[in-house]
Amino acid sequence: MDVTVIATESLSKRFPRVTALDRLSVDVGPGVTGLVGANGAGKSTLIKILLGLSPATEGRAEVLGLDVATKGAAIRERVGYMPEHDCLPPDVSATEFVVHMARMSGLPPTAARERTADTLRHVGLYEERYRPIGGYSTGMKQRVKLAQALVHDPQLVFLDEPTNGLDPVGRDEMLGLIRRIHTDFGISVLVTSHLLGELERTCDHVVVVDGGKLLRSSSTTDFTQTTTTLAIEVTDTDEHPDGTRAVREALHARGVDVEDGSGLPGAGHVLLLTAQGEETYDLVRDVIADLGLGLVRMEQRRHHISEVFTNSDENSDEARKEAVGHGS
Amino acid sequence: MAAEQSMQTPATASGDTRIHNIGYRSYDGPRLGRGYARLSLYTQSLRGSYGLGRSVKSKVLPMLLFVVMCVPAAIMVAVAVATKANDLPVDYTRYAIIMQAVVSLYVASQAPQSVSRDLRFKTVPLYFSRPIETADYVRAKFAALASALFILTAAPLLVLYIGALLAKLDFSDQTKGFAQGLVSVALLSLLFAGIGLVIASVTPRRGFGIAAVIAVLTISYGAVSTLQAIAEVQSSGDGIAWIGLFSPITLIDGVQSAFLGATSAFPGGVGPTNAEGVVYVLFCLGLIAACYGLLMRRYKKVGL
Repeated sequence: MDVTVIATESLSKRFPRVTALDRLSVDVGPGVTGLVGANGAGKSTLIKILLGLSPATEGRAEVLGLDVATKGAAIRERVGYMPEHDCLPPDVSATEFVVHMARMSGLPPTAARERTADTLRHVGLYEERYRPIGGYSTGMKQRVKLAQALVHDPQLVFLDEPTNGLDPVGRDEMLGLIRRIHTDFGISVLVTSHLLGELERTCDHVVVVDGGKLLRSSSTTDFTQTTTTLAIEVTDTDEHPDGTRAVREALHARGVDVEDGSGLPGAGHVLLLTAQGEETYDLVRDVIADLGLGLVRMEQRRHHISEVFTNSDENSDEARKEAVGHGS
Repeated sequence: MAAEQSMQTPATASGDTRIHNIGYRSYDGPRLGRGYARLSLYTQSLRGSYGLGRSVKSKVLPMLLFVVMCVPAAIMVAVAVATKANDLPVDYTRYAIIMQAVVSLYVASQAPQSVSRDLRFKTVPLYFSRPIETADYVRAKFAALASALFILTAAPLLVLYIGALLAKLDFSDQTKGFAQGLVSVALLSLLFAGIGLVIASVTPRRGFGIAAVIAVLTISYGAVSTLQAIAEVQSSGDGIAWIGLFSPITLIDGVQSAFLGATSAFPGGVGPTNAEGVVYVLFCLGLIAACYGLLMRRYKKVGL
């Protein structure tokens, strides 16, 4: 973390009626960084400022060592941006569209075509890239949006809610792709989401903002260390009409504390337990196999942004109070 | 964790061997910057104005209008050659005025195609997250539509000119007329492109854009001609010239009859005098500048 990719210093953005960013100071190093916050927390505003498209009211910011206020064009040549909303014309093919966008980033015609073919392949679009975008699924459209952000081989990409509208499988594929952008392509990533859970698996570092203020900035291991919760769900059989209870009792007998997943979808059928390591997974598997039940799912529970508040240390509790007080 | 591992490397872990997966290659070649990006946008928009690089369906209308624009010129040339006439049936400067319905239809169909699509599909933020700035986008789009219109209006003049030379009409006479015609259609292209783009850039709906451009061009022309006709009946001669300022096509007509040796299409054939002509030219240039200014203002707001 010796190089800083993004640095902001008491960055504020005030609109006539709303304060979108409030004295935000944060340093982001290379790697995959998650920017988490509820809708309206100031994530998109921050990206606009970092792209040099919207002047900050106060404070300063640097992207790749370039000042956003004066070096906007130079920054935009080196970064990629994937917007949250739809941005693709339906009547052209992915190839044509991405080639055009590559040229808009300054790539000569031949390079634009080569890079487009490469990039579309890397994001997982093959033969369909010659068909008009209008006929694509949401997942494919997200890939085209990602490709246009990567086609000019930027040093940094801003991905605004890339998993929006995707089903769980599409979501996991997109998150895997985001991970590869850094590990395989060597491009740093700033990815926003309102779900902390999906970012903690993908990101090296997570920045949490709320009401335009920095709530927390730390590496993801800090988040996950304390809260590795497993959610499991099993089937019922004739032998065990209430499979959930049978598993709970069996696990109790082995000395594992199990909670009911009340408040979660499928409450009453979901059990939560704290994983101590690999052996917990094995234990759960064995217990369920012994009972002859079917395992419907066993997954790391996805955390919600609100848990940052409840699980965090005093510092961020104070920050939260401040933020809440500020919001009123 | 096993799940995470396989998630990180889907291409290799999914088991399907892809021989063309050669890993990521970074790009070290040249990045040509703003000027090149602006030129690329200009080229793409200009090609798009004739449906090139777009679907077959979107080629039909612009190509059809182009043909409709050129056919009368070809017929005139054929007649002139066959009858060994001493002059072409129309002046170069009059041609676009006669064909104004085709020109208006072209602007109405292509201005929204050029800008409304970017707004409707929200592609604009992708442009502005790249090195180009508002001014580059506006200039590229403006220049592209004006060039497309120039091609549309200058091509038939070229047909007429070549025909006139084939018919062995007076060379210097024809060249002068051709040059005047080109200046006139260049001005017309800029003016119509500006008006069309300003209207189209307000709405993301292409249909509204088309209707609004047609409405503005035809209603203003209709109103101006009606008022001019009334003014002629009441024989208040100088009123006719001033009224002509208020519709794009009569504005061009006024400019060219004052300075480009054209005969005016105004009722009674009285064009503006030289003094009035200066006002016409200033008004015309002012209008083009205003269109540019309005587009800039519009896109400053659109941003991301």
